[in-house]
Amino acid sequence: MKKILFMFWLSLLSMPFTGIKGGAYLFGGILVSYGVYFLLANIYGRTKIPSVPVNTGLLMIALIIFSLLLPLFLSDYYTDVAVLAGIYIILALGVNVVLGSTGLLHLGFAAFYGIGAYSNALLTTNFGLGFWSALPLTLVITSAAGLLLSFPALRLRGDYLAIVTLGFGEIIRLVLNNWDSVTRGPNGISNVPSPFIMGFEVGSLMYFYYLVLGFVLLAAFIVNRVHRSRTGRAWLSIREDETAAEAMGVNTRKYKFMALTFGAFWAGLAGALFASKMHFVSPESFTFMESVFVVCMIILGGLGSIPGVLLGSLILVLLPELLREFQLYRMLALGVGLVLMMIFRPQGLIKIS
Amino acid sequence: MFLQQIINGLTVGGVYALIALGYTLVYGILELINFAHGEIYMIGAYLGIIFLGIFTASGLTQYSLFLSLSLTVIMSVIVCSAYGFTVEKLAYKPLRNAPRLNPLISAIGVSIFLQNYVMLTQGATDKVFPHVIPVTIIKFYNVTMTTLQIFIIIVSFFLMAGLHLFIMKTKTGKAMRAVAQDKVMASLLGINIDRIISVTFIIGSGLAAVAGLMVAMYYGLVNYSIGYMAGIKAFTAAVLGGIGSIPGAMIGGLVLGLIESLGASYLSSEYKDAYAFIILILILLVKPTGLLGKSEGQKP
Amino acid sequence: MILDVRALTKIFGGLKAIEEVSFKVRRGTILSIIGPNGAGKTTLFNCLTGVLPPTKGKVLFEEEDVTHKRAYEITAKGIARTFQNIRVFGSMSVLENVMIGQHTRSKEGLLTAIMGTRKFLKEEDEIKSRAFEYLQFAGIQDYSDVLAGNLPYGDQKRLEIARALATEPKLLLLDEPAAGMNPQETKELMELIRRIREWGKTVIIIEHDMKVVMGISDRIVVLDHGVKIAEGTPNEIQNNPYVIEAYLGKEEVF
Repeated sequence: MKKILFMFWLSLLSMPFTGIKGGAYLFGGILVSYGVYFLLANIYGRTKIPSVPVNTGLLMIALIIFSLLLPLFLSDYYTDVAVLAGIYIILALGVNVVLGSTGLLHLGFAAFYGIGAYSNALLTTNFGLGFWSALPLTLVITSAAGLLLSFPALRLRGDYLAIVTLGFGEIIRLVLNNWDSVTRGPNGISNVPSPFIMGFEVGSLMYFYYLVLGFVLLAAFIVNRVHRSRTGRAWLSIREDETAAEAMGVNTRKYKFMALTFGAFWAGLAGALFASKMHFVSPESFTFMESVFVVCMIILGGLGSIPGVLLGSLILVLLPELLREFQLYRMLALGVGLVLMMIFRPQGLIKIS
Repeated sequence: MFLQQIINGLTVGGVYALIALGYTLVYGILELINFAHGEIYMIGAYLGIIFLGIFTASGLTQYSLFLSLSLTVIMSVIVCSAYGFTVEKLAYKPLRNAPRLNPLISAIGVSIFLQNYVMLTQGATDKVFPHVIPVTIIKFYNVTMTTLQIFIIIVSFFLMAGLHLFIMKTKTGKAMRAVAQDKVMASLLGINIDRIISVTFIIGSGLAAVAGLMVAMYYGLVNYSIGYMAGIKAFTAAVLGGIGSIPGAMIGGLVLGLIESLGASYLSSEYKDAYAFIILILILLVKPTGLLGKSEGQKP
Repeated sequence: MILDVRALTKIFGGLKAIEEVSFKVRRGTILSIIGPNGAGKTTLFNCLTGVLPPTKGKVLFEEEDVTHKRAYEITAKGIARTFQNIRVFGSMSVLENVMIGQHTRSKEGLLTAIMGTRKFLKEEDEIKSRAFEYLQFAGIQDYSDVLAGNLPYGDQKRLEIARALATEPKLLLLDEPAAGMNPQETKELMELIRRIREWGKTVIIIEHDMKVVMGISDRIVVLDHGVKIAEGTPNEIQNNPYVIEAYLGKEEVF
C-alpha cells in the first residue's frame, strides 16, 4: 500500500509536466512495471543478478575470431556502429585506468578525447602530415595534457576532484569553441584525411573497422598487462585505501600522475581515430555528457575489470542502436540506470577477482 | 558602464546565491555534492511558466495579476520542494552509507534523468515566459535598470536574510546545524536525522524554485538545459564562499555574479562561462576552504 | 638505538594531541605504548610514519632525520605499520595485498610490464613467492586467493601484519593488534610477535590488553593526555604510582 501511494505521489509530481492524462499513464506504467518486477523477482528467487564466472582465455579467443569475421555479415550501418563502439572501448579503457583502477572520478575525459581528435585534425589538415606521422605527436600532446592537468587534481579529495576535472573539461571545450583562428570555432575542422597503410587508403568502413579492431586489441592487451603488474597493483591500492597504500610504500602522488597520463594517452588515441573516421571534428563531440557517458560504461561493466569495460561500452553503444524506436528515451534510461546501479549493484555487471 | 555591470552582476549574483544555498545546505549535512540541484532550479523555472500559463488560461491573471503571480510562486515552490524531497528519498537515502563517490554518481544520474524528462515532456525548444508583468525601465544618469532587476535583488536579499534567521533562531534550524556538526551526537540528542535531511532538501529546492522563477521572468526564456551551467556556477559560488557556510554561499553568489558581468564586459564575453570554472579551480587549489569556510582539523 | 623520538608535539586546531613526547627504542626489542583512550597513541604512530606531519619535535630513525618525510619514503627507509581500524585492501586478494607490501622492494615499471621482459617476469615471480612466504609466516597461506575483505576479523589482522612485514621493515609498528581477538587468537598473536622479534626486527606496539603488554614487552611507555608520564620495564610500570592512578586506576572504576 505504501508503495502504491508512493507511485501515486510520483505521478502527481509529474502532472505539471506531463498533464493529468500523462500522469495517469505514468502511474499505470510504474504500477505495471513494478508488478512485472515483483513477479520476476519472485520467480527467480531474489533479485540478485549472479556474478558471471568467465573463463577469460577461451572467451577472448572466441571473441577475437568473432570480431574478425563480424564485418562480413554486417551492413554498412552496423559496421559504422561497430567502429564507433571500438573507439569508445579504447576511450573507456583509458578512463578505466583512472576511475576503475585508481578510483579517481574524472569527469573531464572528453577533454583528452577532444585534444586527441583536434591534434590529429590540425596536424593533418594544416601541416600535411599523414595519420601515422601525426599519431605519435598526438599521443605526446594528449599525454602531456593529462600530466599537466593532473597537477591540480592530485591535491583534491574524491568529489572535489570530480568537479574540478569537470571544470577542466568545460574550459577545454570553451577554448575549442572560441579560439576561432586555430580551431575554427563551432564550425569545426573538416576534410580530416583517412589513414594510409603502405600507400593504401583505409577509406572504406570495413578496412577502418579492422584498423580500429587492431587498436582495440593492442589497447586491451597493454592495459591488461599493466593492470597485472606492480604499477597496476599500486593503482588498485590507491583506489582501495590511499592512506594504507602510502603506508605500504606506494608514492600515491606519482602513481596518480601515471594513471592520469596513461589514461589520457588512450583517450588521445581514441580521439585521433574518431577524427580520421568522421573526417570532421567540432566541439560538440566533446561535451560533459560524453565524459559521463564513458564513466557510465565503466560503472555498468564493473570498476577496474577489462572485460567489464568491453561489455559496458558495447551495451551502451549498441543498445540504443538496436532499440531505435526508443532512441528518445536513451538518456532518460541512462539516468535511471545510473541511480539503480548505484543502489543495487555498485560493483558493476561483471565481477572478476 | 561600471555601475551598470554592478547592477547586472548583483541581479545574476542574487540568483546564484539562492541556488548556492541549496548546495551548501546539503553539503553541510550530507557531504554530498548534489549534482542534480541545478536541474531542480530548472524545474522551478518550468513550473513557474506552467502554473502561470494555467492561471492565465483560466482567466485568473486577467482578474488579478497579483493573485495569479503569488499563486504561481507558491505552487512552484511547493512542487519544486516536493521534487527535491523525492529525489533525496529515491536516489540518495539508500546510499547514505555507501562509498563517497556512489551518491555523487547517483546524483549525476538524477541530473541526466530530470533534464531529459523535462525535454521529453516540454520539448527541446525554448519556453517563453508569459508576458504579463509590466516592466518599467528606470534610468539613473547613464545606468538603466528594470523594476524586475530591483525586484530580483530585493527578493534574493530578503530570502537570504530569512534563511539566516531560520537557521539561527528556529528549533529546526538549530537542529540542522547540530546535524551538520556531528550526526551521531545529534541523533543521540534525539534529533530525527532523516527528517532534518528532508527539511534541508525541501528548503534548498524551494529557494532554487524561486531562483528559477526569477530567471524565467528576467530572461523571458527557459530551456531544459539551463540547469547544468547554473548548477555548476552556483556550486562554484558555494565553494568560493566556503562550502557548508550559509553566509559564504550568499557572498560567493554575489561575488561570482559581479566577476562574471565585469569580466564579460571588460575581458571577453566569449569566455564568460569559463570564469566560474577558473575561479573554482583556483579556489580549490589555493584556499579549498573558501572565503568564509572554517579549516578542518585533518585526520586520516 | 634504532629510533629516537625527541620532544614530538602534534596540535590539532588548539588541541594538543601529543606534547613533547620523547623516547628511544633499542634495536631488536619490543616496546609497548599504553595509555587510556584519547591519550594520543595512534596520533603518535601517525606522526612517526608520516601519515600526519608533527607540529614540533624530531624523529630520528637509524640516526637519520625522518620527521617531515612522506609516509611512503619512511616505509622505504624501513618503518612499517598496521592500523587500529583494519585497512586491508578489501577487494584485492590476500596475496595481492601482501604483494603491495613488496612495492618499495621492487622496481619494474610500466614499459617492462607492457613488453613483458624476462626481468619483469622474474621480479613478478620473486614478489609472488616472497609474498607467499609472509603469508605462511602469518599462518594465512590457505587464504591467498580469497578477497581480503571476506576474511574473518582475526585473519584480517594477521594479513595486515603480513603486509607490513612484506615491506621488509627494520621497525614494525602494531596498532592494537590484539583488539577484538579471543584468548586463543591473542596467544597465537603473542607468539607471532615474538617470532618477529627473533627475526631481528624491532617492534613497537600500542595495546590495551595488559596480558599481552606485560607478557612480551621489554620496555613500556605510558601516555596520558598526550604526555609521557612514565617509561620503564613491565615490572617498574606495574609499580609506578602515576601509572596506577592515570591508567590502571581508571580501569578499576570501569
